[in-house]
Amino acid sequence: MSEYLPALISIAFHGVTLAMVLYLISVGLSVTMGLMGFVNLAHGAFAMAGGYLASTLLSRFGLPFALAILLAVVVVMLVSIVLERLLYRRFYGGVELDQVLLTMGLIFISVGAATYIWGPLPQPMQIPPILQGGIEVLGRILPVYRVFLIVCGAVIVTLLWLALEKTRFGAQLRAAVDNLRMAETVGINTSRLFAFAFALGSGLAALGGALGAEVFAITPGYALEHLVYFLIVVAVGGLGSIRGPFFAALMVGIADTALKYYVPELGAFFIYLLTMAILLRYPRGLMGT
Amino acid sequence: MTSELSKTSPPASDATTTAAMDNFARAHRLSPLEALPWLAAVGAYFVFPDYLALGSQILATIIFALSVDLLIGYTGIVTLGHAALFGTGAYTAGLLAANGWGDPVSGLLIAALVSALVGFISGALILRTHGLTLLMQTLVVAALLYEVANKAGRYTGGGDGLQGMSVWPVFGQFRFDMLGKVAYIYCLAVLFVCWLAMRIVVHSAFGRSLMGIRENVARMHAIGTPVERRKLFAYTLSAGLAGISGALIAQTTSFVGLGVLSLERSGSILIMLIIGGVGQLYGAFIGVPLYMIAQDRFATIAPVYWYFWIGLFMVFLVLFARGGVLGILTRLTQRKRGAS
Repeated sequence: MSEYLPALISIAFHGVTLAMVLYLISVGLSVTMGLMGFVNLAHGAFAMAGGYLASTLLSRFGLPFALAILLAVVVVMLVSIVLERLLYRRFYGGVELDQVLLTMGLIFISVGAATYIWGPLPQPMQIPPILQGGIEVLGRILPVYRVFLIVCGAVIVTLLWLALEKTRFGAQLRAAVDNLRMAETVGINTSRLFAFAFALGSGLAALGGALGAEVFAITPGYALEHLVYFLIVVAVGGLGSIRGPFFAALMVGIADTALKYYVPELGAFFIYLLTMAILLRYPRGLMGT
Repeated sequence: MTSELSKTSPPASDATTTAAMDNFARAHRLSPLEALPWLAAVGAYFVFPDYLALGSQILATIIFALSVDLLIGYTGIVTLGHAALFGTGAYTAGLLAANGWGDPVSGLLIAALVSALVGFISGALILRTHGLTLLMQTLVVAALLYEVANKAGRYTGGGDGLQGMSVWPVFGQFRFDMLGKVAYIYCLAVLFVCWLAMRIVVHSAFGRSLMGIRENVARMHAIGTPVERRKLFAYTLSAGLAGISGALIAQTTSFVGLGVLSLERSGSILIMLIIGGVGQLYGAFIGVPLYMIAQDRFATIAPVYWYFWIGLFMVFLVLFARGGVLGILTRLTQRKRGAS
């Protein structure tokens, strides 16, 4: 037993780290797909943009870590509002094929733009000294940055869930997910709600992308490369659900880490198989409405 | 019995029925315009002898676009993972040729059968779901196969690609030459057969029922169409076509890489089809050459910008030019007719 414990701790730790990043990035996608009925394949591009912006602000302009990330998130949110008003809004609840093509186009634009500006190589993220090194937990040395990532993720998830339960915006969002028509009937400005929800989701994605640069390296192909994982988290968690993707992310993160540890030759194969099985049994996801 | 029926039905509906029947009859009559792609393909053989390699890639990819059109354009199934079936065909043909069976025609048929089988099995599983879930399932199936090909490196060469294919002459007579003449004619002939099959299918009663499913599933259920079975058959057929396309590309380039199963492949074929126009049979013949020639030109000048511009072009297409090039052409001719 004792020889298994360190490995298990390691898997749980790295799995949860992966899960936090996955959840931060994917939760916004769940809202866009569930609430607006929009397949936003380009969602990962917001995460990538967050990563690129934060790393540039850190290395080129020497901003403090927290400020750089905050600024990156704000910029991505603003850009996402513009995109939402100009492009996305026209296709809400529309033809799936149009949405797929539009966002596929946006992915390609993001790939081209990122290659042009930052080049094809992965963008390094400068981590402040205080977050470097490792600390000992239960006889294992764990990297400080990943501990920080988990704590950060946990705080944000708690805040998000509290906001959803306690604030007026959260109540409106829940109402709209449950029954859009009824929410409009009682006077909720759903157009504005959509814009806010979209910006919030993109901001969280940017945060996930920037903080998780170590988990998902910031490269031009980001949005396409990790798309399947983001979509799996959302589809398995349940479209429109805020909590569902969290459990899905935990499942995917831990399963992925464990499988790569014990059976590296099978890689992501089992994750895909598991996703297929879950979606066949629960077509609307584990916690879908 | 018949006289009673005609008495109860008003004469106006008789007229519309006749008009509809006329429409049906006209739809599968060959129009002279339909000779255009073939004239262009034969003409290109003589005019651009240096570009035959690219030409055969285009011809083979048109088959892939046709197979996607059968699903998206005619049946209304949006797939983001059709590379799964294209890649299955490519790897089947590649593995056959690398392991001592290099006969191209039988290799093509075997690849089509294997792809159709994979399509049948995966379709039987995933077609039960709808909308976003179905989209996800198609994506996951492709990701699954990609991972299999990636990890089974002992057989597939993994990330390095499958090497050592030796493709025999077609019918034991025509060796694949360096200039790609045989490859071009081979691809053109296969495309012609596939197009013919596709044309017969979409104009058949079966094809009509697919369009019915696309337009209104509930009504098709109501009039007793076995919707699930039809969709599965369309999926299997489309899978077979995709397999042929993949196998053609594998045989004519003597190489199969992981790219044949990638999300990029599934995405780009969608784009090519959309550029041409969906659900009109000839969209594939316009979109694929446009995309691939542009890519060939652009990629040599500025590969970095290629993605950017194609992305921008797609956004533009979705916003302003739904229906692709064919849609624009149809609108133009209709306007002309309206003006005269």
